[in-house]
Amino acid sequence: MNEDYKEGFKLGIPIGIGYLCVSFAFGMMVKNASLPVWMAFLISATNMTSAGQFAGLNLIVLQASYAEMALTTLVINLRYALMSLSLSQRLDEKMSTFERCIMAFGVTDEIFAVSLTRTKPITLAYFMGILSPAFVGWTLGSVLGALFSSILPASISNVMNIALYGMFVAIILPAAKQDKKKRLAVVLATICSCLMTYQSVIQISQGWMIIFVSVAVSAFMAFFFPIRKQEEM
Amino acid sequence: MKEILLSVAVMAVVTYLIRLLPLVLFKKKITNIYVQSFMEYIPCVVLSCMTFPAIFTCTQNVFSSLAGSVTAIFLGWKSRSLVEVACAAVVSALAVELLISLFTSTSHYFFIF
Repeated sequence: MNEDYKEGFKLGIPIGIGYLCVSFAFGMMVKNASLPVWMAFLISATNMTSAGQFAGLNLIVLQASYAEMALTTLVINLRYALMSLSLSQRLDEKMSTFERCIMAFGVTDEIFAVSLTRTKPITLAYFMGILSPAFVGWTLGSVLGALFSSILPASISNVMNIALYGMFVAIILPAAKQDKKKRLAVVLATICSCLMTYQSVIQISQGWMIIFVSVAVSAFMAFFFPIRKQEEM
Repeated sequence: MKEILLSVAVMAVVTYLIRLLPLVLFKKKITNIYVQSFMEYIPCVVLSCMTFPAIFTCTQNVFSSLAGSVTAIFLGWKSRSLVEVACAAVVSALAVELLISLFTSTSHYFFIF
């Protein structure tokens, strides 16, 4: 088997296990919305996003319009564009457009974060190596959650939500600990996001709030505290 | 059911395009230091906004959310792995949730934040 694939696969296993827990909660939500079990698989297999799917499912239940669905998905998932942009700078330059089309499917918060730990350029095999166990964990968890939702009471299924945020914390804090500028960025982002959430002057959805605050804080930091890095991170 | 399937398709296509376009449009390396720095900051800034304050209210009970959050922040700061942090956060939130249901007369009673 390809060495790059193996290297990625090893990194992808913990993501797959983490996803299993988070998507279990998603599967339970699908079941609670009185949708069939295969729907949990279908949504997870075609979307592979955490927050986006939860919000999308909510809109399906509310019978929202397609336009609303498209806009909400755009707002919640727009951060992936920022991640893909960041990733595009680290790819193997020989990677073809077709290969880019394949890997684009797998740009998630965790896969993005983990794939960047490599110092060499990112190849398709390496990326797919991370993606495959993550994909299996994500879809399998959704199906299991939908199948076994009746065993667990609602309070416990809700506790599963924290697994996702726990993973984010595990990505943010080590970066913030290592780098003073990033620490400042994290603190600023957290303060702004809390302020925006608890203020009642402007009505704004969480998705837009995330985009506005992220772009504003990152632009502010990039302008006043540019990071001068060498050829590679 | 047809509407639901179409909704899922809309969701999937929008999400895919968001991920795809930057990958195929930016094939050259960006050299501008401010743009580079912006992209360097984006990942942890986006994740921070998504996590805080949502993590404090993501379970049914604010105390279990807090227990999970404190655990996650503590272990995250210690640079433990994604899975360790996620599992520990779930376990501690679960423990608090169970404790509360033991001490309240009806298990369906929760302090909703």
